[in-house]
Amino acid sequence: LISPRMASGMQEKQYTPSLLSFFIYNPKFGPREGEEEKKILFYHPIEIEKNEKIRNVGLCEAIVQFTRTFSPTNPAKSLHTQKNRQFFHEAEENYWMVMVVRNPMVEKPNKDGKPPTVEYQEEEIIDSVYGSVLQQCYCMYKLFNGTFSRAFEAGGVELLTQKLEKFFYRYLQTLHLQSCDLLDVFGGISFFPLDKMTYLKIQSFVNRVEESLSLVKYTAFLYNDQLIWSGLEQDDMRILYKYLTTSLFPRHSEPELAGRDSPLRPEVAGNLLHYGRFLTGPANLKDPDAKFRFPRIFVNTEDSYEELHLIVYKAMTAAVCFMVNAAVDLNREFCEQLDSLVGPQLTLLASDICEQFNINRRISGPEKEPQFKFIYFNHMNLAEKSTIHMRKTASVSLTSVHPDLMKILGDINCDFARVNEDEEIIVKAMTDYWVVGKKSDQRELYVILNQKNANLIEVNEEVKRLDMMGMDYFTTLKLSIVQVLLTASV
Amino acid sequence: MSDEYYLELSENPVQFENASSVNNVFFDEANKQVFAVRSGGATGVVVKGPDDKSSVAFRMDDKGEVKCIKFSLGNKILAVQRTTKSVVLPDKRTLKLLKSQSINVNWYMYCPETAVLLLSTTVQGNVLQPFAFKSATVSKMSKFEIELPAVPKPAKLSLSERDIAVATIYDQLYVMYLKHHSRSTNSPGAEVVLYHLPREGTCRKTHVLKLNTTGKFALNVVDNLVVVHHQSSQTSLIYDIKLRELDGALNVHQPVLPARSINPYKIHLTGPAAAPSQAPVPCELYSSSWSVFQPDIIISASEGYLWYLQVKLQPTLNLLQDKGKLMDFLLRRRDCKMVILSVCSQMLTGGDKGNLSVVATVFDKLNQVYKEYLDAEQAYTAAMESGPSRSSTSYKRPVRTQAVIDQSDMYTHVLSDFTEKKGVKHKFIIAVLMEYIRSLNQFQIPVQHYLYELVIKTLVQHNLFYMLHQFLQYHVLSDSKPLACLLLSLESTYPPAHQLSLDMLKRLSTANDEIVEVLLSKQQVLGALRFIRSVGAHDNVSARKFLDAARQTNDTMLFYTIFRFFEQRNMRLNTLFTLIGHCEEHVAYFKQVFGENALMKQATA
Repeated sequence: LISPRMASGMQEKQYTPSLLSFFIYNPKFGPREGEEEKKILFYHPIEIEKNEKIRNVGLCEAIVQFTRTFSPTNPAKSLHTQKNRQFFHEAEENYWMVMVVRNPMVEKPNKDGKPPTVEYQEEEIIDSVYGSVLQQCYCMYKLFNGTFSRAFEAGGVELLTQKLEKFFYRYLQTLHLQSCDLLDVFGGISFFPLDKMTYLKIQSFVNRVEESLSLVKYTAFLYNDQLIWSGLEQDDMRILYKYLTTSLFPRHSEPELAGRDSPLRPEVAGNLLHYGRFLTGPANLKDPDAKFRFPRIFVNTEDSYEELHLIVYKAMTAAVCFMVNAAVDLNREFCEQLDSLVGPQLTLLASDICEQFNINRRISGPEKEPQFKFIYFNHMNLAEKSTIHMRKTASVSLTSVHPDLMKILGDINCDFARVNEDEEIIVKAMTDYWVVGKKSDQRELYVILNQKNANLIEVNEEVKRLDMMGMDYFTTLKLSIVQVLLTASV
Repeated sequence: MSDEYYLELSENPVQFENASSVNNVFFDEANKQVFAVRSGGATGVVVKGPDDKSSVAFRMDDKGEVKCIKFSLGNKILAVQRTTKSVVLPDKRTLKLLKSQSINVNWYMYCPETAVLLLSTTVQGNVLQPFAFKSATVSKMSKFEIELPAVPKPAKLSLSERDIAVATIYDQLYVMYLKHHSRSTNSPGAEVVLYHLPREGTCRKTHVLKLNTTGKFALNVVDNLVVVHHQSSQTSLIYDIKLRELDGALNVHQPVLPARSINPYKIHLTGPAAAPSQAPVPCELYSSSWSVFQPDIIISASEGYLWYLQVKLQPTLNLLQDKGKLMDFLLRRRDCKMVILSVCSQMLTGGDKGNLSVVATVFDKLNQVYKEYLDAEQAYTAAMESGPSRSSTSYKRPVRTQAVIDQSDMYTHVLSDFTEKKGVKHKFIIAVLMEYIRSLNQFQIPVQHYLYELVIKTLVQHNLFYMLHQFLQYHVLSDSKPLACLLLSLESTYPPAHQLSLDMLKRLSTANDEIVEVLLSKQQVLGALRFIRSVGAHDNVSARKFLDAARQTNDTMLFYTIFRFFEQRNMRLNTLFTLIGHCEEHVAYFKQVFGENALMKQATA
């Protein structure tokens, strides 16, 4: 898990933050002395000795309990130490999740064969970022497994621990703590900019499919890994979107990029009328042994608590999620019906969207490399846009700016979170960069400018102008970013 | 069953004395007048026309059997024919021969509406020579040949005038030929063949109406539909030549609807034998004494009735299952509006709930007609504005036919009821509303805000706020002040509506005052000030509003900031608080909190 990064000079070694341990406990399960082990529902790494596990859990329990005396409704969320930082999250009543992250560090070699000096950079980690990562862990678990308490009600501690182990064993391997940043705090959704008419066509498509396939309860429509329509509620869509864009889609993108004769390329069915295929469920409908099993997801866990089959179907860059009541058995007949109904329409729609998008782009002029980079987020609709992040992949999300700048963005965000009023913060970074954060109503905009020898007034003017430029730049994109840049000054 | 009759006889027929041994009845197609001639005119001639004005009664001497009797247009001159070769005009008049043509003619047919005369020529009679009359000129149109089912040997007259009718359908002149079933051809039944007779150019065979049966037929044209009456089955069929059948270059048509009888009709017996209280008796339909005239007249000489044939549209709802075809059919009918609207209602709420793609097809068809009208209206307005100098004659104000179903019609008669209807799934309601909005957008028709309000109302009713949010995000519900205000009112149940509303007001760029009010009401005084400054209107706003709002926050620093801002502004503008608004109390408060010295000098002066 330790990945050294070579810093300036040959000798120094830089270590990024990494996961030390991750555990879930419920104090009610072992309230008596000598029964402490019963509290522990999951513990990573598994090899840790039993007593140490009990000690660590006990410590967390004590800290939370202690801080509760000062703030009964809002106990400690994190504990800072020199070597690591611990994050606490009460995901459900009495169910606590704890994540321990080792602080980034620099290893400086010493002369004369002495052991190297280790410097922990304990201020480099931002609470809100890793706190959000921990909450995301829970949300992702809940999406595929339902709540802790339901599992406990259904099959006791045994079933719950079984589910936790099965899920987190794999999930923790995909946590890339070194590349977590502000976007993890937002957990936003990137919306695909689209003209009204094409959007209405998609509406029409979704409504018709839901009418024809009456089993389908909810539908979500994505294009180019960006959301266009969600029949799910916002919170459920948020986590499903995260799963789709960081896990499912990247896993399936490789075959599409692969050459025609590559073994990775999926079998193109004899039917060339459409390009539709299932990303979950049967890989090839023609296969007589095809399995019609789909992942199950849990939504609306606060009220109706629904368990659904997640069918993800894709044609070119358009992907549609159909969600069907899990009580229904999905068979070959249903999948064939869906394929023949949705495949041709979705293929057509995908090329329509592509064409419309290109027209809009042509109108708005050639895409110039802007003189600034930004992250935008709207708390109201979770709309997120970043020109700082490159394409997300299954493994890491790559940023195009220095981690120090990302750290500044995170700090500004923390400042914004502290007060409820509109704010604007301008920061001069150590390098020639200026970082500007703007918060207006429910929107946040972070801009990184690279201007040598600029002073505060110039930067302020530049950001004001930039809002105008932003407007022009996005005029044809009917995205919230436009509105915000318009209204950011409100 | 009674709601299945789609043809009926007019309620107010023209009544006349029935034909008998002493009473001869004549009909003049040009004036649509019935002449009842008693005893050769000696005991009276009663003329009844379609309205009272054209009705006349007079006497004339009995000079022998009357073969034919007519008025000229406007009832000016009466002409009576008593022998095959002479026509008498009771007043002394002279006739002048204007033009003559020499052709061997078997029979003739004259269409008064279009002033076209058809002459049957050649031995078989199937070469028709049309003439067009216009004011005082006669022009010969190009002749054409009717294809006979079989060529008789030796040649003899084979085309009877009984099998030919002339009528205007969709503003075009057609010669209709009733082509009887022939054993030599393997056609399963008789056909009506339509020859299009344009004002200029050649006549072409364009449509074939399949009757699928044999026997005696009669033709009418009603509301641009060809009606074929079949005597032996006592039913009628209707054909719409604009309903496309994909069958080669020549349009072969099947009946639009299954064969049905004309709606049963009851007549009141008249004459001395009939008591006034006597119940009406059923009229014998398809009687052999009926005479059928173009375009829509049926006369029963034996009973003394002249009816106009009418099409009832309501029954077509249940007889034509294909809703798209039904819409095509209805949109071309004269009195179609209410029927179309009831088709829409039925499609959405009736037992046979149509699926969305049918709904979409119907909406598209309606909006196509609606859009054509809007375009025509716009072109007319543009032409009028550009002045009458250019092309002044060619522009007539477009006629709004009943087929133009606008958004208000749909809202009032279909959609508002539909969204209130119990037992309809909200998913379907929203899908239908979105489909209608999609269709309007597709035809580039601006959507009225009350449709958006309907969408919002439905979404709010079912707590589908996230859906609403997404629609607004993609500007599916277009910006307007009423919509922004509606959103603002939703804020208590759905807080993000506040942002949506403000964004919308901002985009409208004509609602700056409203934005300031909204922000001040939320105690966002600085936000309001920043906004008003960003639009450059801060020199004109009333300071009092802002100071009031700032005082209400109980935040003295905020009050100080706001006060200072206006103080500076007023200094720049050379005005005093007292001059622009009644701000004395705020000045006093400022002095009280921050001291007299905090005031700028000019402001205190």
